[in-house]
Amino acid sequence: MHESELIEYFHSVHLMEDKCKGCVNCIKRCPTEAIRVRDGKAHIIEARCIDCGECVRICPNQAKIVVADSIERLKLYKYNVALPAPAIYSQFREGTRPDQVLATLLFIGFDYVVDVAFGADLVGRKIREAIEKPGGIRPLISSACPAVVRLIQVRFPNLVEHILPVISPMRAAAKIAKQQVSRELDVSNDRIGIWFITPCPGKVSAINEPAGYEDAIISGAIPISEVYPLIREKLIREPAQVDELAQRLHRGSGMGIGWARAGGENQSIGGSKQIAVDGIHSVIQILEDVERGKLSDIDYIEAQACIGGCVGGVLTVENPFITRRRIRILATEGASEEERIRNDELAREMLAREDWFHHDRPIEPRPTLKLDDDMATAIRKMEQMEQILDSLPGLDCGSCGAPNCQALAEDVVRGLATEMDCVFKLRERVRQLAGEMMELAEKVPPAMGQTEKKPEKKNELGEHSPEPGTQAAEPGES
Amino acid sequence: MVVENNKTTLHYKFDVQGGDFTKAGDASSRVKKILQQIGAGPEIVRRVAIACYEAEMNVVIHAHRGTVALDADLARVTITVEDAGPGIEDIDQAMTPGFSTAPDSVREMGFGAGMGLPNMKNCSSELIIESQKGVGTTVRMIFDNA
Repeated sequence: MHESELIEYFHSVHLMEDKCKGCVNCIKRCPTEAIRVRDGKAHIIEARCIDCGECVRICPNQAKIVVADSIERLKLYKYNVALPAPAIYSQFREGTRPDQVLATLLFIGFDYVVDVAFGADLVGRKIREAIEKPGGIRPLISSACPAVVRLIQVRFPNLVEHILPVISPMRAAAKIAKQQVSRELDVSNDRIGIWFITPCPGKVSAINEPAGYEDAIISGAIPISEVYPLIREKLIREPAQVDELAQRLHRGSGMGIGWARAGGENQSIGGSKQIAVDGIHSVIQILEDVERGKLSDIDYIEAQACIGGCVGGVLTVENPFITRRRIRILATEGASEEERIRNDELAREMLAREDWFHHDRPIEPRPTLKLDDDMATAIRKMEQMEQILDSLPGLDCGSCGAPNCQALAEDVVRGLATEMDCVFKLRERVRQLAGEMMELAEKVPPAMGQTEKKPEKKNELGEHSPEPGTQAAEPGES
Repeated sequence: MVVENNKTTLHYKFDVQGGDFTKAGDASSRVKKILQQIGAGPEIVRRVAIACYEAEMNVVIHAHRGTVALDADLARVTITVEDAGPGIEDIDQAMTPGFSTAPDSVREMGFGAGMGLPNMKNCSSELIIESQKGVGTTVRMIFDNA
């Protein structure tokens, strides 16, 4: 284990040891420097991992995997509800309508569907109301992307209070599912399985360990990539075959579906003083600016860990640039969100409940940078760290198993690595030792009565000039 | 960068290049990270991050070059920003919210709104400004660790 203050958090991103070659791709790409290579294998520092899936994307050996639920698990429940992430609608060929996809979900094992796009319609309204209230913390940050929420917890703990405590569309859909199923059917809650159809590992973790919520509600998360072939095979093509139930369940507006792409959330909320940022590394830059107080004139930040938004999630199937376009088109189709809400009794009922949209509890900061609990010790470690860093080559090669020299220096003072993990330092030390050995080898016991050196003679005989090692040894001799 | 720490005090100094807007904020980010590493509380980190960035930006906007120095011990954090620049003619006037001498080109970039010094004052426990026209300015901000 690598973190001294290791705390157990649920993670969906795991390593397949036998596939890992111990290369440095993932350690260099990880936005929270949460991976180290040890004994030739990547190890994830659990306290720092935010389950963004960057390492899954970058690994050339497919050694990083997402552990989610299989559709087989539907068998465990009498009644199963699907909560499809809006990104699913973009995975099928052009012209496929959302109600077709919904109807097909009812053919592959689900008994009921709550459209997460519908949750997005409702949540979007509540976010708009929160933004329109003057005063308070600015900018507010969306809590929809769980990887961003975790990023803030571990790398920007000062910003947790900027996260708007309005529930995510997924959460809203789950709450509706629980209510509707027990209303419409006579099934006890423990026999109902509620499944989020997920584009990303972040949501898998958020379901198993929700930040801001007391309980999960959702039974599990099934990757879009797993249901994709099933839907594709059974996709209902004839509009006439989309039955009454499926039509009724297709509640979300185009704008709600739009949340699947970067910028869609802001578009659904409306307003002008908003920023949409996608891609975890870009999100980090924006959060740096928020910490500097630079964006205090911005009301709201829609931030998504994946490039392109949820359509770019590692558990989707189709190219995100293609699906982004499809989502953009879907967002303009069908009745407007306004009209849908007006005609939907359930939507009006939900929107009338104030607390319903609120997080159950505050999101806790989970700072990971601190070198020691005692500040005096931390300051001393800081000093050691700078000295070590000065002695490292600064190439950030990753051969030591840490993403850069700074991280190695930090690992050393935390007691998790040694300076000799650096191949350059090791080589330097080997050279020095080699020099010392040469020096020793030249010493002749006094009893033999000979003190003259004979390296020059050796040179005349041999083909090579003195080894670099002997030169390095010279300062030691004087 | 200079490190001269003994036991429980810490000293860092970073160079700031006047007019380099692409690197502007780097020194403040370093300062922020160091404070987080030594376990300074979230509130003090937040205040230092904002005030230090404002001061660093002032160097970038107004001066040719400067330095941002961080001194920290268990009781307080001190940020000293020195520059070789035009100096501040009237410090009281400069402290007035909205007063700015930044050129239009800088204002167009969204900086120089005249809130820098008032912000620094709000965030810090104590703000000391020394300035000599044509020579430069030293801004010292003290943040009590409470």
